[in-house]
Amino acid sequence: MRRLLSIGRAELLLLGRNRTALFNAVLVPVAIIGLLAAGRNRSDPTGGAELMTGLLGFVLVGVLYYTLVSTYVARREELVLKWLRTGSLTDTEILIGTAGPTVTVALGQMLLFVTAGAVVLGLRLPVNALVLLVGVLAGTAVFVLLAAASSAFTRTVELAQVTTLPVLMVCMAGAAFPLDTLPAPVAEALRWLPLAPTLDLVRLGWLGTTGPGPAHDFVGVLGAAAAPAGLLAVWMVLGWLAVRRWFSWEPRR
Amino acid sequence: MTAVVEAVALQRRYGAFTAVRDVSFSMRKGELFALLGTNGAGKTSTLELVAGLGRPGGGTVRVLGHDPVRERAVVRPRTGVMLQEGGFPLDLTPVEALRMWAGTLPAPRPVAEALTLVGLDHRATVRVRQLSGGERRRLDLAAAVLGRPDLLILDEPTTGLDPQSRHDAWSLLRGLLADGVSILLSTHYLEEAQELADRLAIMHRGVIVTAGTVADVVSAYPARIAFDLPAGLDLTDLPDLPGTRGVDGGRVTVHTPQLQPALTALLAWADRHTVELARLDARSASLEEAFLSIAEEGA
Repeated sequence: MRRLLSIGRAELLLLGRNRTALFNAVLVPVAIIGLLAAGRNRSDPTGGAELMTGLLGFVLVGVLYYTLVSTYVARREELVLKWLRTGSLTDTEILIGTAGPTVTVALGQMLLFVTAGAVVLGLRLPVNALVLLVGVLAGTAVFVLLAAASSAFTRTVELAQVTTLPVLMVCMAGAAFPLDTLPAPVAEALRWLPLAPTLDLVRLGWLGTTGPGPAHDFVGVLGAAAAPAGLLAVWMVLGWLAVRRWFSWEPRR
Repeated sequence: MTAVVEAVALQRRYGAFTAVRDVSFSMRKGELFALLGTNGAGKTSTLELVAGLGRPGGGTVRVLGHDPVRERAVVRPRTGVMLQEGGFPLDLTPVEALRMWAGTLPAPRPVAEALTLVGLDHRATVRVRQLSGGERRRLDLAAAVLGRPDLLILDEPTTGLDPQSRHDAWSLLRGLLADGVSILLSTHYLEEAQELADRLAIMHRGVIVTAGTVADVVSAYPARIAFDLPAGLDLTDLPDLPGTRGVDGGRVTVHTPQLQPALTALLAWADRHTVELARLDARSASLEEAFLSIAEEGA
């Protein structure tokens, strides 16, 4: 833990010295909440709930995943990862420590959005906070792993804008439109990608339901959560295998 | 006594290119073992295998009695590695980078002490981005010694240093040797090997061509006499000399195991025939001779 903290602290210093990253971490969510507050519509709590949970998806993909791909690539190209590997840290510690501050920022933003959802949009309290938390944490883990795997296919930090597009577009489409408004084959495909089960867990935990159907109670939610939780677990395993298979610790020559 | 590093028939391939063909050596506790070689000889690849950064394509390596890849957790706390090209986050300062590194080590030196050892105190709070190449090299060295390792693995530790800093680095390494630290280093500075190494190995194209103490290595190579072939003469006109001779572009080179008798015979012959040996050059075997003749043989 001491080792994780010391690498995390260094990454935090670096994050603080990177103006773009700082802007994305702090100002963007504040601006979003401002927009929400300005355009709020308390008469439509369901729409508000869809919007808020979609925002959590945006944090996972647009902030966490995208920032981490850039970070892993930058550390690899600066030969920092190679140097870190010569020491006492394990590979897992290096990956987690490097991701630490970004993960913290993302979790902070999500907390902010949930709070803002309650205060500004007047959303109800989560039906089952445990399921909500599991959804957020499992989703975070999956997107950290996907970021590490994607970094292997990204030669430079600039190229991260291109290589993250497929995951970004597909996941955003899933987050922006409720799945049942999309053509059936597209919706079916999106359902299997990692953002869908994450948002299912978040919505089940918060709203008690994933659609217009009636809300489950605390216990009923647990049963409904099993399938998306299982799917996320599969994605975690796939992500971990992809990292083991493709992650590279030094630039390709 | 077990060897600090025991490499047997090591191989390493990158795709179709074989960087390390067949490398075996054994390093004793407390000695400085130098790997010498031309660029591309396989030194860095060999050191990376010893450091446990990759699995050998063939052969085995034991470091402090362990497999450096499989038993990384046991080996790493006892080794300090300086990569040929290692990276520090450019927007950290040396103090911040070393503080982070210290946090990953079981029993590190104080950061300030490590910076003093390499003479970087005055640059401690400047961003790494602003350090010169030589200063970054010294920061690398500080990180390698920060954990008080039993074995240091240094890949060209003094490349890019000015002569003063190089001598400072040498005295730091001598001090560590005196404390019982074992040091495996690669260099292409022959002077560095001659100055520091208890034993050395010369690598060329992925194999160790020769190894031993400086004296051992040098004694296996002949001394050399060179001069311009006098006008109107050819090789057969020259006297019998111990060793081999050749001519290239009008310049004669004699390789001989017995420099003094060969030189005496040559000069006596020249005197008798009043022949001038223009640009006469005679040198006894040296590490440089050994190194050059290995590089030439392979070329």
